[in-house]
Amino acid sequence: MLTIENLHASVDGTDILKGLNLSVKPGEVHAIMGPNGSGKSTLGHVLAGRPGYTVTAGSATFLGQNLLELDTEQRARLGLFLAFQYPVEIPGVSNMEFLKAAVDAQREQRGEKPIDAVTFMKTARENCKAVDLDPAFLKRGVNEGFSGGEKKRNELLQMMMLQPRLGILDETDSGLDIDALQVVARGVNAMRSPDRAFVMVTHYQRLLDFIEPDFVHVLAGGRIVRSGDKSLALELEARGYAWLEEEVA
Amino acid sequence: MSQDHIDQAISREYAAGFISDIESDTIPPGLDEGVIRFISAKKGEPEWLLEWRLEAYRGWLQMSEPEWAHVQYPPVDLAEVSFYSSPKSMEDGPKSLDEVDPDLLAMYEKLGIPLHEQEMLAGVAVDAVFDSVSVATTFRSKLAEAGVIFCPISEAVHSHPELVRKYLGSVVPRRDNYYAALNSAVFSDGSFVYIPKGVRCPMELSTYFRINEAKTGQFERTLIIADEASHVSYLEGCTAPMRDENQLHAAVVELVALDGAQIKYSTVQNWYPGDAQGKGGIYNFVTKRGVAHRDSKISWTQVETGSAVTWKYPSCILRGDNSVGEFYSVALTNNYQQADTGTKMIHLGKNTRSTIISKGISAGKSSNAYRGLVRMSPKANGARNYTQCDSLLIGDRCAAHTFPYIESRNPSAVIEHEATTSKVSDDQLYLCQQRGLDAEKAVSMIVNGFCKEVFKELPMEFAVEAGKLLEVSLEGSVG
Repeated sequence: MLTIENLHASVDGTDILKGLNLSVKPGEVHAIMGPNGSGKSTLGHVLAGRPGYTVTAGSATFLGQNLLELDTEQRARLGLFLAFQYPVEIPGVSNMEFLKAAVDAQREQRGEKPIDAVTFMKTARENCKAVDLDPAFLKRGVNEGFSGGEKKRNELLQMMMLQPRLGILDETDSGLDIDALQVVARGVNAMRSPDRAFVMVTHYQRLLDFIEPDFVHVLAGGRIVRSGDKSLALELEARGYAWLEEEVA
Repeated sequence: MSQDHIDQAISREYAAGFISDIESDTIPPGLDEGVIRFISAKKGEPEWLLEWRLEAYRGWLQMSEPEWAHVQYPPVDLAEVSFYSSPKSMEDGPKSLDEVDPDLLAMYEKLGIPLHEQEMLAGVAVDAVFDSVSVATTFRSKLAEAGVIFCPISEAVHSHPELVRKYLGSVVPRRDNYYAALNSAVFSDGSFVYIPKGVRCPMELSTYFRINEAKTGQFERTLIIADEASHVSYLEGCTAPMRDENQLHAAVVELVALDGAQIKYSTVQNWYPGDAQGKGGIYNFVTKRGVAHRDSKISWTQVETGSAVTWKYPSCILRGDNSVGEFYSVALTNNYQQADTGTKMIHLGKNTRSTIISKGISAGKSSNAYRGLVRMSPKANGARNYTQCDSLLIGDRCAAHTFPYIESRNPSAVIEHEATTSKVSDDQLYLCQQRGLDAEKAVSMIVNGFCKEVFKELPMEFAVEAGKLLEVSLEGSVG
């Protein structure tokens, strides 16, 4: 589904990713861990096509297409979703309006008509319930005045509405209390399916107690320096990252 | 179309009363007393109106063009302006849409304007125009039943001289300002509305349905009188861009809300703004003002997206006790457009209240200024004003300015002013794009969200159109 080979990328002239390789197959859940500043979030933004993030070498293929040639919105419409670490507010634009525009953009891509209002509202309300958000949030401005936890759950709500092929979660667990974390985990687990994959960027093993990954990768110095199964996460929890960084050096 | 309709449509031209023994239809450019006499004679006006115009002209001669507005433009050479052109006949227009500027057609297409309306707007001589005439005729008879007068002001001068004479210039005096004086001297035509006592006007009055719309021209004059305890909602303009060869537009609008009356005046202004390089475009220098008597209410709502230069301050004089003034405005500038717009709320009566919600959006290399005055007079006990003035910047080459003036001479008056400036951030755009929206759709959505408080004041179908209009006007502002 996603194949990344020798990816190099820079932000504001600073090289962040330095030869990253990663292969994700449908149905898999990958966890990416690593120390601060190792390039974890950069990876998500490079894949999503954030302006200002420059790919200097390497390739990334998503569903058979050269991902790096596509515009940000084209990648999204193909089914690549990034749940943001710090979701921004869009005052005055209701969540409902925003979600519908996003859903319709994807449908247009597939040559379908805009979703009818009744079906849309029904789905939106159900998904609100699933992520434990009051449906009143649908009428509020996008993330406007939401608490940190509400913003994260709102990201999840968007992902459930859009039903992406690949979900990239950028530290979705940060700033969440244990109850909220379980809500998020439940949502992601419910979305796991044989034709959908997840890449979860996280600092902590804690998230992986709730969403069990198939693979765990350690990103350090802009490259994946170690891959394994979930036992690797436990080892990291116990020993930290320093030993790996030393080994690589 | 029945023969009746056609007959009605044809006879209407005569009903308008353009009967005159002057042969020539045009006069040389430039302005002097002779030109004013010519215009007045051409319209068959009574002596008092000619004198009224001449008095305005004499006042105007002693005035100079205002320079305090935050706009810059080459001076208008009035010696080059033609102050009278006869109503154009259909034969002068394009014969079909094939002859109309493709850019204009593309814009109509984006706004979703039906074909026959496109033809009407572009001035194509076709039968379809008659449809609108017959619609207008139906409207007129319904209005007449309610006793509402809605006609061109040139017609009202003859049919209701006592009303015109009493109120014309009563809100915007002839020497109010340079452009108002010029308008008073040479005004071409415009709307006249009178709502009788206690009558709620049975429909929204729209310039769109006004007969004799063609060539009301660059010096439009509108007078709306709402008699005691009456209600009226008036819509001016159209979301569709109208081409006009006249560069200078200096309109005057006067509203009179007598005791307990309510006037809601909504404008969507979309004059030609000039091209992306800032060439051409209309100068729109407008004076709009209303007088609110006891317990009455005047509400201005405007969506301004057109014109190269806009200079416009729809205002309320809250003369009567408990009267209410409102101003809701969205002003959008793109490319090289310049706007200096806002309002004046003059509180004279006791317990008068005013609300100002202004949303300025600047994109491209444009400049957008809000200029507002709130004045509390010594007698305005218990008066209140609330002002909210928000600016939104798109890109980093545009400008937003705010010039609020507050004068309070009454210690019991309460004035609140809130102002914000924000930018459409790269992060907001990125979020939208990551969810599959293209940049232009994202910007228009963000801008529409920003304007929501004003749009909800517009009549429903107007609000939808206004949203679409912003989208089209913002094209090319990103990426």
